[in-house]
Amino acid sequence: MQQLVFAIGTMIAGVLACAFYFFATNWILDRIFPSKGLSGAKASQNLRTTNAIRPWLFMLPALLALAIYLVYPVFESVRLSLHDRAGQTFVGPGNFVWMFGDGEFRQSIFNNFLWLLVVPALSTFFGLVIAALTDRIWWGNIAKTLIFMPMAISFVGAAVIWKFVYDYRAEGSEQIGILNAIVTWFGGAPEAWITLPFWNNFFLMVILIWIQTGFAMVILSAALRGIPEETLEAAVIDGANGLQIFFKIMIPQIWGTIAVVWTTITILVLKVFDIVLAMTNGQWQTQVLANLMFDWMFRGGGDFGRGAAIAVVIMVLVVPIMIWNIRNAMRETGGH
Amino acid sequence: MTGLVLKDIRKSYGAVDVIHGIDLDIKQGEFIVFVGPSGCGKSTLLRMIAGLEEITGGDMMIDGERVNDVPPSKRGIAMVFQSYALYPHMTVYDNMAFGMRIAKESREEIDRRVRSAADMLQLTKYLDRLPKALSGGQRQRVAIGRAICRNPKVFLFDEPLSNLDAALRVATRIEIAKLSERMADTTMIYVTHDQVEAMTLADRIVVLSAGHIEQVGAPLELYERPANLFVARFIGSPAMNVIPARVISTGETTTVELKGGTQTALDIRTPDTERGQAVSFGVRPEDLQVTTGADFLFEGTVAIVEALGEVTLLYIEGLVEGEPIIAKIPGIQTVRRGDRVRFSADRNKLHLFDKEGVSYRAL
Repeated sequence: MQQLVFAIGTMIAGVLACAFYFFATNWILDRIFPSKGLSGAKASQNLRTTNAIRPWLFMLPALLALAIYLVYPVFESVRLSLHDRAGQTFVGPGNFVWMFGDGEFRQSIFNNFLWLLVVPALSTFFGLVIAALTDRIWWGNIAKTLIFMPMAISFVGAAVIWKFVYDYRAEGSEQIGILNAIVTWFGGAPEAWITLPFWNNFFLMVILIWIQTGFAMVILSAALRGIPEETLEAAVIDGANGLQIFFKIMIPQIWGTIAVVWTTITILVLKVFDIVLAMTNGQWQTQVLANLMFDWMFRGGGDFGRGAAIAVVIMVLVVPIMIWNIRNAMRETGGH
Repeated sequence: MTGLVLKDIRKSYGAVDVIHGIDLDIKQGEFIVFVGPSGCGKSTLLRMIAGLEEITGGDMMIDGERVNDVPPSKRGIAMVFQSYALYPHMTVYDNMAFGMRIAKESREEIDRRVRSAADMLQLTKYLDRLPKALSGGQRQRVAIGRAICRNPKVFLFDEPLSNLDAALRVATRIEIAKLSERMADTTMIYVTHDQVEAMTLADRIVVLSAGHIEQVGAPLELYERPANLFVARFIGSPAMNVIPARVISTGETTTVELKGGTQTALDIRTPDTERGQAVSFGVRPEDLQVTTGADFLFEGTVAIVEALGEVTLLYIEGLVEGEPIIAKIPGIQTVRRGDRVRFSADRNKLHLFDKEGVSYRAL
């Protein structure tokens, strides 16, 4: 109860502080450069000055937050990655040398690569197919709502749900996991799915696909609706059949959007962490980079150097895709 | 039997009927224009001919074959859309070649037809460009080129000029007229709400309103002998003046008394049963003349003078409730606002419609 009161109090104080900040800074600005009661030239000069400064007043808090929580950590991570476990002694590229010789790191790179190949491709594919199919049926919107719903579930929550799906009970006892229930109903033997090396990676990927398909579907559905109806009718008159219209007229017209969706999910996949942590914590050869970083950074006493080195690797992988993604999105929206 | 025949064509969306039985016989090579106010069903009718809208009732025949259930690509038609509907991700060449590639034509045949169409429309320079790198007029030419490449028996145009600016519209209109001359065997059906396009392009105009055909005829026939009040007011600009009147005497020539008290005789035959009936008397603004004589149609006070140099438009208010009577007098006039002016008109330029709005000439 006390916690709740405290939380609400913090929220109210935060909002009030923001409001106060904007009022106070703008009030001070207008005092320093007054525009009322002055002669024409001076007043318009002051007005121009305040107009030049005012946007920065509004952006200042955001810029500060970005600097403290985003820019500083980048440099600190790079610094830490070149130091020892306590972040005190400079070790040069030592952490990176260790990393590339480490079996678990190589396993993580391999697994991340698998995720990278499978999840964005399947999410985008399912999203596109569902978007195209649901546009034509009356219950399409209901289907879309249901498929979009997993987006609202946190990754950990989704992992818990799927833990039940993959749940394993010893042979003979009743299976509460739906997958094993189906397998035994067909006469098969139950398996502890998430402990099967290599294949368990895919069982984990299913969760992220389940979540991200909704995202891809919503964006692509909007893109599909943006295609001018008349180009499709022109294609009908030109004699194209349904599949030809889909692949030769519709897909090329939304290609930019597909690329944005694909790369957005790719970035997400590179950072995948929660699902692996909650499902296997990297056991049974399911380790991924983000979870490995977390392991080194905060578990077993913590090795800031190695953890930061892994973080830098993730960043180096993500940044080029992100730049490409932003460029693509800018081009799609014409820079607005 | 070649050409296009529409027999009692109907269209309904659920319980709402939008096309109420259209009968139309179009000869091969004819240039037909559908005109009418927005919502009259002209575009729907065109889309039914194209096969983009299902036909609820009646028979559609192209070249003697019933095509109600034939898919659009097999009907031998090509369509030019209002918004051009070019494939934005394909070059001009690919846009024109798409239909032929779908039909699996040989590479040489595709190339030959694309180049000949491009040549005809002066698009050869632009074959490698994407539509977004073209001007509006060029895009519309590509759309026409794409249609030509299909080698259609029937060419359909759905308001193809309405997205172009005024100067380009005139130029493209002339180009379409030339095109139809060059493709003399190809039937063309053209939808527009612009009567200038209709008058200049059409062999025959089909005037539609609320899903009915009001009149079919050559442009000047519609202008000179409109079958009813709707066509009379729709064709011609400014619209025909309509003055309430009463029949005084009938026979080979008819005498009516106009609202305002003057009587005038028309060379229109009316049956004896019409004596004393309330009718509508019509005269086009451009057929009115200013007169000082005692023999005049009506007299009125000028409310507005619009001097355009080439013509002067006089608006006379008060004679008919709600709308002014407009006179279009050639050249520059000295008439001022507030002047009382008498108007007369040639006897054979007058129109008379019964109380249902049907022309007595059509009876």
